[in-house]
Amino acid sequence: MHRYIVTRLLLAVPTLAGAAALVFVLMRLIPGDVCVIRLGSGGTHVNQAAVEACRLQLGLNEPLIVQFFQFLWSYCTFDFGISMWSGNPVSQEILIRLPVSLQIAVMASIIAVLIAIPLGTVSALRENTWLDHLVRLVAIAGIATPSFWLGIMSLVLVLDITYLATGKPWLPPIDYVSFWQDPLRNLSMVALPAITVGYRYSAVTMRMTRSAMLEVLREDYIRTARSKGLLEQIVVNRHALKNALLPVVTLVGIEFAFLIGGLVVTEQVFNLNGIGRLFVQAVQNQDNVLAQALVMLVVAIFVLTNLVVDVLYAWLDPRIRFS
Amino acid sequence: MSVRTGVWAAAVALAVMTTTAALAEGPPKRGGTLTYLIPADAPPSFDGHRETTFATVHAAAPFYSVLIRVPPDNPASTTEFVCDLCTEMPKPTDDGKTYTFKIRDGVKFHDGSRLTAFDVADSWNRIVFPPKGTVSARVSYYAMVDKIEAPDERTVVFHLKRATTAFLPALADPFTWIYKKEILAKDPHWYEKNIMGSGPFKFASYQVGQSIKGVRNPDYYHKGQPYLDAIEGIFAAKQSVRVDALRADRAAIEFRGLPPSARDELVKEAGNTIAVQDSDWNCGNIITFNHKKKPFDDVRVRRALQLAVDQWKGAPALAKIATVRTVGGIVFPGSPLAATKEELQQMAGYWPDIEKSRAEARRLLKEAGAEGLKFELTNRNVDQPYKYVGTWLIGEWKKIGVSAEQKVVPTGPWFQAMRGGTFDVVVEANCQSVVNPVLDTGKYLPHTVYPENFGGYDDPKSIELYEKMQVETDPKAQRAAMRAYEKHTLDTAAHAIVTPYWYRIVLARSYVKGWKISPSHYLNQDLANIWLDK
Repeated sequence: MHRYIVTRLLLAVPTLAGAAALVFVLMRLIPGDVCVIRLGSGGTHVNQAAVEACRLQLGLNEPLIVQFFQFLWSYCTFDFGISMWSGNPVSQEILIRLPVSLQIAVMASIIAVLIAIPLGTVSALRENTWLDHLVRLVAIAGIATPSFWLGIMSLVLVLDITYLATGKPWLPPIDYVSFWQDPLRNLSMVALPAITVGYRYSAVTMRMTRSAMLEVLREDYIRTARSKGLLEQIVVNRHALKNALLPVVTLVGIEFAFLIGGLVVTEQVFNLNGIGRLFVQAVQNQDNVLAQALVMLVVAIFVLTNLVVDVLYAWLDPRIRFS
Repeated sequence: MSVRTGVWAAAVALAVMTTTAALAEGPPKRGGTLTYLIPADAPPSFDGHRETTFATVHAAAPFYSVLIRVPPDNPASTTEFVCDLCTEMPKPTDDGKTYTFKIRDGVKFHDGSRLTAFDVADSWNRIVFPPKGTVSARVSYYAMVDKIEAPDERTVVFHLKRATTAFLPALADPFTWIYKKEILAKDPHWYEKNIMGSGPFKFASYQVGQSIKGVRNPDYYHKGQPYLDAIEGIFAAKQSVRVDALRADRAAIEFRGLPPSARDELVKEAGNTIAVQDSDWNCGNIITFNHKKKPFDDVRVRRALQLAVDQWKGAPALAKIATVRTVGGIVFPGSPLAATKEELQQMAGYWPDIEKSRAEARRLLKEAGAEGLKFELTNRNVDQPYKYVGTWLIGEWKKIGVSAEQKVVPTGPWFQAMRGGTFDVVVEANCQSVVNPVLDTGKYLPHTVYPENFGGYDDPKSIELYEKMQVETDPKAQRAAMRAYEKHTLDTAAHAIVTPYWYRIVLARSYVKGWKISPSHYLNQDLANIWLDK
């Protein structure tokens, strides 16, 4: 197992290098540069001398190949550079936002798993009954509804309900405080985004759980287990569900990794200063250094999540052994 | 009524309205925390000398002082400037080329040290003559400045190369914060990430992209101010968040401006708990033709496109959905140097009879062999009001048989298209702070003189007319010279189309008192005169 993990980690190096080259080239294909945006986006006229001074300061006049090797070398030395927009270390920019994104991702994942696995299982066990149809309806609605729209609607609903109930509209806080600083304020801010994201996430997972369960429930060993006279609860929980969870775990892993950097619009709707919003800002501002670091972070998270998922496979299914 | 009398009458009416409003508000109450919204993600830095975004001003202006400014109690004035750190507005000497400012005594930085003329002169030298390795975004505003010196700790002298009416408005720029000389000497970049000024509020904390907080400066030199105990600016880039926050009273005001739909929605839902202030905005979209691309090198084609647009009907219609309202020429409509409606109506694109105007446009297109013209209108991926203006123009041009396709691109590629000259016609933005017609209209000069003109044309006549206007110090003669420059720019040479000026709508909870709207979202942001009536 240890050897397998080390091999997988080593194999991640070319993946990361490929991603680095790709993001470096793609960012530079966008016309314009950070200096012009920074000095002119207010609508005022851009001062050419200031633009040149800015470009010089940020090393944008260096040949691209030099910039690329500087970028690679900095990653080899774990120096992720300085944000071209704010002048702060990239690691600092990311670390400020990471707790918000992580909290939402963890909460949404918990919500999703808590909803999806029981409902998906029940849906499979009661195939083609009214209960199954209801669960499938909820799941399809969840997949079809963008979470940002759900977010906006949930905020409007909260405003209107509180207005009708108390005569004064109420809105969750719009400035983030950490859970450790003020748990109540923190939860009142992140609960709605976690629920809206968790719902979509649970819908996808629910569908996967249902189909995986249906497949497993038709296996010979399940029939054998039932014919042995085992309790249905044991058949489902111990024999069916554990095996059906393999694809579900993969999905949960991929979704979790996506949530770290992918909640672009949801973060904006709820005014959350997370990684997704930072990503959009970096691309909009053509802050190449920051955008590159964020892509590398997301790639690294995906690589690690996939590794964790693969390791979980072995625990869930003893037939799988890594060498 | 003459123009001058009209301007005076408007000024008097405004003053009466302002006084009446102030009396109606009653005496200011002390205390409380103002929570306000900053419609941006996070400022790139806190260095006002370096940055151009309102996000920097809205976040950090309350912590700083400036030398002079627009009057906080009448920021709508386009001609009046008052002292902040100086003791009285100076009369220029040396044929208008020397301005000597006396600096207030007893002003303290927030670290307790004294602010002297040496700090003022040092900050201004950094703005006008940035040392190597530092960036000053507004160097070009101060081309008229020859030397800045502080002969003693209470006096700052500005020596100009020539007398100009552009100097005082430029000096009142809201980004020209006074920094501590000693800090700048040690680290010229210190103010990019740190805040330490002498303004009405002391910096308390900053959470990147979330909020910035300040507390009352008890040593503030404008006695009695500020009225608030504390301020908190919350960064909220998304409009729906800001509207909801105002509705639920999570924040009390948003200073940049919201579109008419947000105003209507909030007023409908929150009634008289929401107060609205509005003003013409010293910002606008200019339509620039790329003279280096055919057929836009032909003045007949440019004039035809100018003539096709019905500004007088379009502006009020657009005002219902977009943040634009007033028809204007190259000078901000509130300025004494701006054209009157009658004067505008003498120029192509402003004729009162739109049918006659469009008939002439069709004739010109035919004469130029450009009937059925098709081109790409490059626009910035910003809703208000860029896309609305672009869509409106396309409809107007269609009425003379011209077909334009709107290409909406993000800010970076938009700048690149302009700077690289790859566009056919582009929707540009022209957004200024203090109304300074002489500087603001430099935008229409050829690229050789004004690098940020993207029309790609040479026009010695334009330069000659501008120079004549620029050096004129007699208001009447300068106004006449401005008309000649404007007529040449928009009519004779039809270098650009000026679309209706933007319209600023500021929404606040009705308990927010003391703050008055100005023609720019950069101005009047130190928050010293705000108080809460609750």
